[in-house]
Amino acid sequence: MSSSPPPAAPATAPQAAVESPEVARQGTQKLLKYLVIAVPYLWLLAFFLAPFLIVLKISLVEVRVAMPPYSELITFVEDGWIAFHGSLENYLWLWDDPLYINSYLSSLKIAATSTVLTLLVGYPIAYGMARAPRRWRFALLMLVILPFWTSFLIRVYAWIGILKKEGLLNLALTHLGLISEPLTILNTDIAVYIGIVYSYLPFMVLPLYANLEKMDLSLLEAAADLGCRPIKAFWVVTVPLSMTGIVAGCFLVFIPAVGEFVIPDLLGGSETLMIGKTLWTEFFNNRDWPVSSAVAVILLLVLIIPIVLFQRQQQRSAEAEA
Amino acid sequence: MRQGLTWFNIASLLLGFLFLYLPIALLIIYSFNESRLVTVWAGFSTKWYAEMLQNQGLLNAGWVTLKVAFTSSCFATVLGTMAGLIMSRFGSFHGRTLFSGMIYAPLVMPEVITGLSLLLMFVAVALDRGFVTVTLAHITFSMCYVAVVVQSRLAGFDRSIEEAAMDLGCPPGRTFFQITLPIIAPAVVAGWLLSFTLSLDDLVIASFTTGPGATTLPMKIYSQVRLGVTPEINAVCTILVGLVATGVLTASLITRRQEMRREAEERQAIANS
Repeated sequence: MSSSPPPAAPATAPQAAVESPEVARQGTQKLLKYLVIAVPYLWLLAFFLAPFLIVLKISLVEVRVAMPPYSELITFVEDGWIAFHGSLENYLWLWDDPLYINSYLSSLKIAATSTVLTLLVGYPIAYGMARAPRRWRFALLMLVILPFWTSFLIRVYAWIGILKKEGLLNLALTHLGLISEPLTILNTDIAVYIGIVYSYLPFMVLPLYANLEKMDLSLLEAAADLGCRPIKAFWVVTVPLSMTGIVAGCFLVFIPAVGEFVIPDLLGGSETLMIGKTLWTEFFNNRDWPVSSAVAVILLLVLIIPIVLFQRQQQRSAEAEA
Repeated sequence: MRQGLTWFNIASLLLGFLFLYLPIALLIIYSFNESRLVTVWAGFSTKWYAEMLQNQGLLNAGWVTLKVAFTSSCFATVLGTMAGLIMSRFGSFHGRTLFSGMIYAPLVMPEVITGLSLLLMFVAVALDRGFVTVTLAHITFSMCYVAVVVQSRLAGFDRSIEEAAMDLGCPPGRTFFQITLPIIAPAVVAGWLLSFTLSLDDLVIASFTTGPGATTLPMKIYSQVRLGVTPEINAVCTILVGLVATGVLTASLITRRQEMRREAEERQAIANS
């Protein structure tokens, strides 16, 4: 860094003497910049990207009774040759066994339905928050964020006591005389929907609120002045303007919900098929690491389009903010 | 155009917050129930808390969880702040798209995939599973949350203050510690808290990446919950909810007060000039 070239001619010497510490400092700064970039970059390469490549590799090999419980993909044979042992057998297995295809389809269905339900529950809340007097908004925001910080597992667990046959919901409904027989809700798909809507509600409300809060209310006034009724103004002005919030909220609910494990496991029944649960069983109960890897690869392929769309949207809004 | 809240707004807010809070409130109330039956109220009692304190397995798991959460959130805050700074201040560099992809993807990645892939990597490099592997896993997903929080804070404040410092000859490193860091401090604190609670909360990734001797509290709770609802678990959950709620409320009130003071000072400065 400090070795600057000697001045070529005496005439330029004073100028070069002024410049060289400046050049050296810029060099150091550049090095510092790349160092700052390198640390988190290498971390994510090692702990986020590399693991995926390993999953891909293991999805191509066979299960084996050993530790680690899978065969080698590449072996070194004599004379510097390498032998490749990969096969798509695990993927064919997923295709042949209807359990897996049904799990994928049912996960997508459950996630899509719950995303719509979460939007329907979340939109009025976000709308009410955005219209509330300014001095309440901080408190309302805190009230939405607080459950998001509270343990996911605990919030799901809380619903078991409410939804089960002799649970609080049936107790309340029987007392009110609304039902004579207790309803079976726990261990059905309905319980899974309730669980997902409840757990992911803040993910929907927060982007919606951030969007609705910024909306220019004079547009609604203009619509009203032109004779537009409030309900129509909501559909033709408010909803289209809040589209970025709606899209962000839906992605934030849909993508993780597809691979959800805790909710279908604790609230769903034995016939509730979700791919996260199938992967878990394949890994922990059947101990078939190659097949679980293949399940993960396909799940990622299913989700790659929504994930890329979500990232694009996040980047765009981050750039718009800057 | 009528300003303010309509009845519809008020009703949706009330019902919405009732939906969000009633389950947790019931969980807390029934942790003080005398009866073992979860739905029969038999009088106030704190005996389940006493019983919980006798449960050595639960206490060990709690200690492991706190250690993992503290270590991972500290590392995640440093790495995440660096990542947030890179995303909002470093302009373009080779591989920026991949970098931002690796920051946003873990936020929505299904936990089963993250957990499985990390475990397979730890096995591939023959790292013994336990405290270290859970902590590494938690650092990785928490740092992305910190990065996003820090980035949005950096996007929201005037870059000209930093530029002024650098124009006056302050080197970038010093500019960061003297100008940028104090301004983004609330976001950094929020990022640390978020990492801490994410780690405290995680069941799926911990189940994949942990090993013998490093069972975390969520794993312990999960294995007991599968056997049914017990007042003892309600007691553990109540304590966790209480801890997190106090921490988050305190932190947000402090940052809000600081923010208001800063705004007031700014107004004062503008008025004086």
